[in-house]
Amino acid sequence: MDLTHSAADEAFRAEARAWLDAHVPSVPLPSLETEEGFAAHRAWEAELAADRWSVVSWPTEYGGRGADIVRWLVFEEEYYAAGAPGRVGQNGISLLAPTLFDHGTREQRARVLPPMATGEVIWAQAWSEPEAGSDLASLTSRAVRTDGGWLLGGQKTWSSRAAFADRAFGLFRSEPDTPKPHQGLTYLMFDLRAPGVTVRPIGRLDGKPAFAELFLDDVFVPDEDVIGEPGQGWRVAMSTAGNERGLTLRSPGRFLAAADRLVDLWRTHCDPSDTALRDRVADAVIGARAYQLFTYASASRFLDGESIGPESSLNKVFWSEYDIALHETALDLLGPEGELADTDWSEGYVFSLAGPVYAGTNEIQRDIIAERLLGLPKGRR
Amino acid sequence: MRFLLDTEQRAFAASLDAMLTSAHTPSAIRAWAEGDHTPGLALWSRLADAGVFALAIPEAYDGVGPLPVELAVAFVELGRHGVPGPLVETVAAAALLSGLDESGPAKRLLPALASGESVATLALADSYALDADAATVLLAVNGAGLRLAPGHGPVRPSVDRARRLARPEPGGELLATGPQVTRAAAHALRWARLATAAQALGAGLALLDRTVAYVRQRTQFGVPIGSFQAVKHQLADARIALEFARPLLFGAALSMTPADVAAAKVTACEAAYATARTALQLHGAIGYTAEYDLSLWLTKARALRTAWGSPAECRAAVLGGLSGDGPRS
Repeated sequence: MDLTHSAADEAFRAEARAWLDAHVPSVPLPSLETEEGFAAHRAWEAELAADRWSVVSWPTEYGGRGADIVRWLVFEEEYYAAGAPGRVGQNGISLLAPTLFDHGTREQRARVLPPMATGEVIWAQAWSEPEAGSDLASLTSRAVRTDGGWLLGGQKTWSSRAAFADRAFGLFRSEPDTPKPHQGLTYLMFDLRAPGVTVRPIGRLDGKPAFAELFLDDVFVPDEDVIGEPGQGWRVAMSTAGNERGLTLRSPGRFLAAADRLVDLWRTHCDPSDTALRDRVADAVIGARAYQLFTYASASRFLDGESIGPESSLNKVFWSEYDIALHETALDLLGPEGELADTDWSEGYVFSLAGPVYAGTNEIQRDIIAERLLGLPKGRR
Repeated sequence: MRFLLDTEQRAFAASLDAMLTSAHTPSAIRAWAEGDHTPGLALWSRLADAGVFALAIPEAYDGVGPLPVELAVAFVELGRHGVPGPLVETVAAAALLSGLDESGPAKRLLPALASGESVATLALADSYALDADAATVLLAVNGAGLRLAPGHGPVRPSVDRARRLARPEPGGELLATGPQVTRAAAHALRWARLATAAQALGAGLALLDRTVAYVRQRTQFGVPIGSFQAVKHQLADARIALEFARPLLFGAALSMTPADVAAAKVTACEAAYATARTALQLHGAIGYTAEYDLSLWLTKARALRTAWGSPAECRAAVLGGLSGDGPRS
């Protein structure tokens, strides 16, 4: 049992730190949920990619550095400690790319991954539908066979990044009469600017168009944009969902850096008599450390060849609730200033509120923990 | 970086688990609560034979330590089985004695602690000493002086009936004085907090396991109550809290910094206490009875929460351990 990094890993850390010191913008970029901010963040992805820092865990042939999970964690620690911008390419990098590595063809990887790594193509996820959220398999949007490909129809909603993104990925019903709802689904990539696509941005709580609904009217998708076998989309997508809930969505580096910033805020804004608030700051520090160490333990198991599995549900509930508590503490420390919109803390707060809702609601995660980790019987939801 | 217990450490935990499962530990806990130390001390010598107390004691004094990771492994199992007695206190006494600049008191007292021949307890400042009536070595720190107390005052029951509290009597032999005692006491507090955190995590795991087993077999409205989402979600939350306390415990055992140990202590104790509340709720009235074994862990989770540092003290230690300035205001 040890937590010390090898000399080579520390050299990797030093290289990342030096690069970030030299390149992280001194003035924060505008919010990535605005058109201007989206463009600025896209340019930042290109800058990262130019020196192969945008996708460190990918193989070198696709623009990565072939970093293992420990080096990925080290990179993320340095990235957030440096105060580097949020990642506008996140959906593609953490959700679609792992699926392509597992299920995509060589041609798909060669075509899709390099422009994803540079930010030239930004991906939106298109999972949810108006009647299919937690019960994702109840989706009704369809893919109908046509010459050389498929015609998509129906509606997707809550599509993160779709307001300004280039392409999207999601599941479509390709066989309407299967006995079970998760059968007969196909995993497809499509162009958000293709004829027949209408994108209607939806303002989140603060009004910014962080997601959108998509109306699809006979949108043509060529066969080459099907991932895995047609009809097998559920199995393909579940590997993506596992990634989403698992290690790659919220790195400990993000929370370690946020807890450090919170402590700085506490030092400048603290009322020494307010021990309740002091305890919440301590809990934020402890929580970030707990999440880091839990992730290192998971990474160790992963390196031993074990799969992450249902423990990713423990991870998801923990970080999503932690993220809200951390930001609430910051806003309470700020007092009247905490009410102001568009500050780093208030924007982070608004973003954190979505955590327990997306990536599989926390109710679904608790069911998974109870049934698969504790062995409790299935019941009516 | 390999942040996992190795094969030997896991085998050590499994061997302690097997030994304590076969040893009728609940009856030893109940006897201890009644003031009968015989079965508890028999268990004590078996734990000493397994090397548990030697882990905190350096080789120079007949120990095998200091080995904080292995000690944490052992104390999770002791907590899981609810083993009674001044376990944490004996570890803390060992840390205190081996942390002195003068080796005399350590040479004299530690070999018998490592072998299990003697049982220690201690009071830092004005705290109670746990199980002073069962201990052969009663240490007391007052200011910069470390004494071998000549006896103890009346024994008072804790909220956990298997924990019995007393004040050391004044006087007795002065073992050491000066700044070395202050430093050694701080060292002892770290070891006490680490062992308490591990014991609490073990108690929380026992409470969770027993409650999961109970809700699987207890039926109401024709189905196991464990199929109800309201029940499942409480247990899922308990599992989350315990699973995130575990890496803090082992991270603290690796670094042994005051802040890391305090973080592990507050988190493990809060997780165990929250699990106790859930366990009681989901067991219903049977969980509220002294005759049902669940009570042995329910009350311990409460007592450990304030032993060797309240949640507020531990949180203050976490912030106190951060680099940079203290609060500015």
